[in-house]
Amino acid sequence: MGLIQSGFNCMGVAWATIPFQPPAASSIAEGIDKLYLFLTGITLFFTVLVFSIVFYFMVKYRRREEHERPAETRTYLALELTWTIVPSLICVVIFVWSASLYVQNSRPPAASMEMFVIGKQWMWHIQHPEGPREINALHVPVGVPVKLTMTSQDVIHDFYIPAFRVKKDALPGRYTSLWFQATQTGTFHFFCAQYCGTSHSEMIGWVYVMSPSDYAAWLAAGEKTDSMAQQGARLFDHLGCGSCHVAEGNGRGPSLAGVYGKPEKLQSGETRVVDEGLIRQAIMVPNSVQLPNYAPIMPTYQGQVNEEQVLQLVAYVKSLGSQERKNGK
Amino acid sequence: MSTATAGAHDGPPESGVNYLNASYGIKSWLLTTDHKRIGLLYLVSVTFMFLVGGLAAVVMRLHLVEPQGALLEPETYNKFFTMHGIIMVFFFTIPAVPATLGNFLIPIMIGARDVAFPKLNLLSWYVFIVGAIITLGAILSGGVDTGWTFYPPYSSLYSQSHVAAVAIGVFITGFSSILTGLNFIVTIHKMRAPGMTWFRMPLFIWASYATSLIAVLGTPVVAITIVLLGLERLLHVGIFDPAVGGDPLLFQHMFWFYSHPAVYIMILPPMGVVSELITAFSRKRVFGYSFVAMSSLAIAVISFVVWGHHMFVTGQSIYAGLVFSVLSFMVAIPSAIKIFNWTATLYKGSISYEAPMLYAMGFIGLFTMGGLTGLFLAALATDVHLNGTYFIVAHFHYVMVGGAVIAYLGGIHFWWPKITGRLYPERWARLAALLVFVGFNLTFFPQFLMGYMGMPRRYAVYPAEFQVLNVLSSAGASVLGVGYFIPLIYLIWSLRYGKPAGPNPWGAKGLEWTIASPPPTENFLTPPVVEEAYNYSGTGGSHD
Ligand code: HEC
Ligand SMILES: [Cu+2]
Ligand SMILES: [Cu+2]
Repeated sequence: MGLIQSGFNCMGVAWATIPFQPPAASSIAEGIDKLYLFLTGITLFFTVLVFSIVFYFMVKYRRREEHERPAETRTYLALELTWTIVPSLICVVIFVWSASLYVQNSRPPAASMEMFVIGKQWMWHIQHPEGPREINALHVPVGVPVKLTMTSQDVIHDFYIPAFRVKKDALPGRYTSLWFQATQTGTFHFFCAQYCGTSHSEMIGWVYVMSPSDYAAWLAAGEKTDSMAQQGARLFDHLGCGSCHVAEGNGRGPSLAGVYGKPEKLQSGETRVVDEGLIRQAIMVPNSVQLPNYAPIMPTYQGQVNEEQVLQLVAYVKSLGSQERKNGK
Repeated sequence: MSTATAGAHDGPPESGVNYLNASYGIKSWLLTTDHKRIGLLYLVSVTFMFLVGGLAAVVMRLHLVEPQGALLEPETYNKFFTMHGIIMVFFFTIPAVPATLGNFLIPIMIGARDVAFPKLNLLSWYVFIVGAIITLGAILSGGVDTGWTFYPPYSSLYSQSHVAAVAIGVFITGFSSILTGLNFIVTIHKMRAPGMTWFRMPLFIWASYATSLIAVLGTPVVAITIVLLGLERLLHVGIFDPAVGGDPLLFQHMFWFYSHPAVYIMILPPMGVVSELITAFSRKRVFGYSFVAMSSLAIAVISFVVWGHHMFVTGQSIYAGLVFSVLSFMVAIPSAIKIFNWTATLYKGSISYEAPMLYAMGFIGLFTMGGLTGLFLAALATDVHLNGTYFIVAHFHYVMVGGAVIAYLGGIHFWWPKITGRLYPERWARLAALLVFVGFNLTFFPQFLMGYMGMPRRYAVYPAEFQVLNVLSSAGASVLGVGYFIPLIYLIWSLRYGKPAGPNPWGAKGLEWTIASPPPTENFLTPPVVEEAYNYSGTGGSHD
């Protein structure tokens, strides 16, 4: 008796130590968990259903006599249709539910705070627009939507914060983004979730979610650095971008003032909004976003600037957005 | 199926000469064009590969008992999971059922003397062996650490391991699938016995037919993808790495365009096996035969347009995500239909519980779970959280191991008397089937929880909060390992000591049970004429 008792106790302890749910610390986590729960319910229901029917039949219709010859059953079309249509309807429900959540979760709110993430074998490099940089750590304020713009310096990585239920690849040669709004303060793991070589499993860090005032204090406490845009401005001078891109618009290249966020017609005929990705492309592969009315003279800066510097240049060009564009082209 | 000699136990008398003892010597095996012998060549080869891949899994599970890793350096661990994946996918699960049971059974089941191109069939095996030797050679001389998915630019420009050699091995093996697929398609079209109409074909034949179509249409794509990867790696031609002007996602599109259908190359033939097992052990024609047959074809077609569900978190556009999500739900329906039809087959049957039937029941349960957990991943919102975690690992092992491997084991047991002429020991077999089922669930169920908790896959070391689940999983793996090992021993034992099987130990229908065990080299001494399919109810043309 005592043995059974302690056996149960043991199982109780094991049960208690088995983790079932990760912390849910972002505005979207609850919605995802509800869908997850629903899907778990569906899975349990059908697994139990199929298992019990199989067991029931196996017992009820077990062979009682070696030469038994059961009668042939007809195929009932109605039955076939039922188990085609019912699962289809369930799938439609799941699809609509999950797709609407996904679409909602994919669009960052307009007022998001921006931060930048660069994956490198094997660390995460994080840059705040105000200037501070971090490695394998990300400080964010609670209750504020944060948008991460991400890229990779080498291979494909993937930025994954389980507690926030968000994940997105960081790809070389382009920007991807994800957003979240933390709902509770604390520290939460982030991981690299795309295999990237030897130390992939050490490419992990912590998100520190702080109250807005703590976050402001943290920003202020760090070593004094220029903002990303200021650093970008210095690079802009240093690399001689200004020799063509003159604010007044009378240089050999277009004025960059106010271009950010505007749609633009390229020589290829395609219309694209000037976003981080397009600015990056203009710096690395200028021909790919050639403008009409301009000669293809802009040199590529590939190999001269790293991803961090590109992000600073991008930040600088974005900061020109507030000024008026002068040349009307 | 009934022929001139149908009936439970009155097959042709054992003449003594069969395909196994018709000729002796290593040469008679290595130069054979007999589909049955080629099937056995594959059986030995894929079993060997399974042992190698399984050993890698054992080492991995041992390593993961401790968060900081108990055995290996991360670099070595990465090579182990890569080796496990490549061997288990390309050298075991893809060829297992089609190349062993398929080769042995397809001609017999349709009443033919051999496949359409026997020499090509032997060539397929040699191609497979060359690919396997190159791959194993590369693994022994240092290995490869890219994961079986070979994602560039890591694989093309960054990895320091033997990517090119392994890629060549996999590339070559692909041709073995293509040739076998081609052979089966032509065989099924052209070699059926008189009266073996399309809708009298055993469901295993339908499944093999659908699989062969996928193999022939899909494998060339992965071959091209691997060639492009090789070009970039060896000659630095910019195809996938943006640093040299390529697009890293292009590879993923091409790779999954093949590798998603490859999931069905791996699971359709086992589904065919399960249809045969359930039929035989409940003595009933599968409920909704034509629905089951057509669902194989539907799966083959839809499987080609769902590859994007592997790329929901790559930054692929929202609209692409929506389309691939809908299509992925669609491919789930035909599988659901099969499950319900198999279950309904048992209704008012005459059911017995020999080991193959236990495996078939295990398949139904585990494949149901594997399929349903696929819904979590076809659903966009939950996929974002679960993609790249252990949830994925658990899901595809429920499908590939709980489904494919278990059905394969069931099939091997079911046709073992036919292949060898000997019975395996039933009690041991039931025990092993039970161990495999329990061990499997103990190994992989915790991985669903691990994934939902957020543990990424392919981690050589991991945060301590995941340890409990990892230890559970490793404990399960040891049970599973024992479960696999027992059949290996008693099947070999039975070759010598097993009781003679007789032509039809199960009282099953189907042409293969009307001929001697082991069958004569020419399969049928008198060409069969088929009048009806799966005639278990004893009415119709089954009496002489
Ligand atoms: C030799 C002159 C020249 C230099 C130097 C130059 N650019 Fe340009 N740039 C151009 C021209 C001409 C265009 C328009 C045609 C094109 O897209 O190539 C342009 C286009 C651009 C655009 C796209 C503007 C739009 O509205 O689409 C951006 C952004 C840009 N340059 C940024 C830079 C930065 C940052 C640097 C320095 C690192 C730089 N350029 C250096 C000539 C130059
Ligand atoms: Cu990584
Ligand atoms: Cu897939």
